[in-house]
Amino acid sequence: MDFTFPKEYELLRRMIKEFAQKEVAPLAEEIDRDERVPFETIKKAAKLGLMGVPFPQKYGGAGAGEMGYCILMEELNKVCASTATVIGAHTGIGAMAIYLDGTEEQKVKYLTPLARGEKIAAFALTEANAGSDAAAIQTRAVRDGDSFVLNGSKIWITNGDIADIVSVLAVTDPALGAAGGVTAFIVEREFPGFTVGHREEKMGIRGSSTAEIFFEDCRVPAANVLGQFGAGFLTFMKTLDVGRISLGAGCLGASDQALQMSMEFAKSRYQFGAPIAAKQAIQWMIADMAIEVEALRSLIYRTAWMLDTGKMGREFSTMAAMCKVFGSEVACRAADAAVQIHGGMGYMKKYPIERMYRDARITRIFEGTNEVQRDIIARNLFRSRVNLKLR
Amino acid sequence: MKIVVLIKQVPDTNEVKLDPKTGTLIREGVPSIINPEDKNALEQALTFKESMGAHVVVISMGPPQAEDALREALAMGADEAILLSDRPFAGADTWATATTLGYALQKIGDFDLVLAGRQAIDGDTAQVGPQVAEFLKVPQITYARDIVIEGGKVRAKRVLEDGYEEIEAQMPALLTVIKEANTPRYPSAGAIITAYRQQSVAHWGVKEIEADPEKLGLKGSPTQVKRSFSPPPKQPGQILRGGPVDAAKDLVAILREKNII
Repeated sequence: MDFTFPKEYELLRRMIKEFAQKEVAPLAEEIDRDERVPFETIKKAAKLGLMGVPFPQKYGGAGAGEMGYCILMEELNKVCASTATVIGAHTGIGAMAIYLDGTEEQKVKYLTPLARGEKIAAFALTEANAGSDAAAIQTRAVRDGDSFVLNGSKIWITNGDIADIVSVLAVTDPALGAAGGVTAFIVEREFPGFTVGHREEKMGIRGSSTAEIFFEDCRVPAANVLGQFGAGFLTFMKTLDVGRISLGAGCLGASDQALQMSMEFAKSRYQFGAPIAAKQAIQWMIADMAIEVEALRSLIYRTAWMLDTGKMGREFSTMAAMCKVFGSEVACRAADAAVQIHGGMGYMKKYPIERMYRDARITRIFEGTNEVQRDIIARNLFRSRVNLKLR
Repeated sequence: MKIVVLIKQVPDTNEVKLDPKTGTLIREGVPSIINPEDKNALEQALTFKESMGAHVVVISMGPPQAEDALREALAMGADEAILLSDRPFAGADTWATATTLGYALQKIGDFDLVLAGRQAIDGDTAQVGPQVAEFLKVPQITYARDIVIEGGKVRAKRVLEDGYEEIEAQMPALLTVIKEANTPRYPSAGAIITAYRQQSVAHWGVKEIEADPEKLGLKGSPTQVKRSFSPPPKQPGQILRGGPVDAAKDLVAILREKNII
């Protein structure tokens, strides 16, 4: 059993670390303060193949799989959660849906420019009345000749107002509901009837955009049905499953960074004639953070490995949900401990700790709340181990 | 046009710490990188690849793990990579290293330009480049930047402490490149994957370069490192009080005592 990363992943990590330090980190404070999406960074990332890391090279990606993508998310989140979120929504769910369930034509036409970073993707599921209750979506898609006409709206879509290509979930048969009545579509912002609403002001990840999307008699060619007609719910849930691992990887990076910064601060902050690192209270906080970071690291990369080696089944879905729950909760605990260890400095805007604290909070909520994740985990466990159907 | 780039894998001296007891470098756990100025040399070669379609060969003499440095060079855009690694090469000083590289370059043959970094961050000698040029009997331009190839000749600025020289040389020539010459590109994510999974690194030993083993490695090294140490920490200074005349008297006395005057 070899737990070391293959050499190409070590070089990939080193390249991304340098890119993160030199190109991403210097903008982190500014884009958070000004609520600005760092397009210049996205361009540079695209040139280095960082907008399509997991996708095969024949579709313009880097061919580095989920492991490579987790490394990207881990390293980016160490310096800037906002930039990581822009790329994460684009690669991890927006383009990922097309990679997982697209036809060969759709992959060539849509996935390739997305993987190359020539276009930006978004993933449009959430509506005002359908968050955790994703099956309650109301955006309607009605067949009309060789098109579908979409009517409805989506809210809180990351990259919503900057995306060129959006994976959208809509109701095609209200009578059937989630099981057979919902279909996924690939929608281009150029399609008539597609408009974008205002950008939300957020507590954290303020350098990413979160916006509404409106469909007013928006015509989508029938060729843009993504996955099986009527089975859109499965397509979207499968995509979210995969997205959860890299979300966890991002939380790993953020937690590790909080730990490193806390240790550096504790070494250099002198009170009562000694560094606060000499105090057991601080040492135990550091120890607890480190335990969780190591446990999270193993969970994330083992799950990524499962995906890369073709182990996509119910166990994978459970593990992915665990990555999300544990990752987000570790990140929030680590950020909170980091604020405490830094004391007053942890509260001041001139230091990055308070931004990390604000950025971490969303991770327990988006891409499926941790409450829903716990439902998924328990349901899967009971079904597979005890042969009990909970719902 | 064929360009050969000489690279060395070195410990990242930013990360290196000194063992307080022995005064030597602690190399364990320190990541290995391509020597920074060798990356500048490679970047220069890649620029010529883009502008003139040059074929870029990278070569490194080192232990087996130096292959990672060569993979990184392939990922940056080099066309071919050669690892010079064999037991008889070990323990080489700069002279023996240059000899080994020289033989390898003769084996590669037909090159128009050899590019190397000015000096390595672990050895800091800046000797290998010039020594290789002498072995090959080709003109050399050291401390080079603003390198241009025109009309079958190579031109560069040679940067010295108080200014620079503009030098032109016939090709084949060898240039050592300084860090001010350019900013090395990042290898793209896809190129990194390809470099490891699809491309290959040739392994050359004594046999392949047809060299006289007496001239290589420890045997071929006229110099040997006896000891590495860091200088003892400076003593705190001594402040001489009193007016200038008294201070001068005290200073002369101290200097006499220390046999400096």
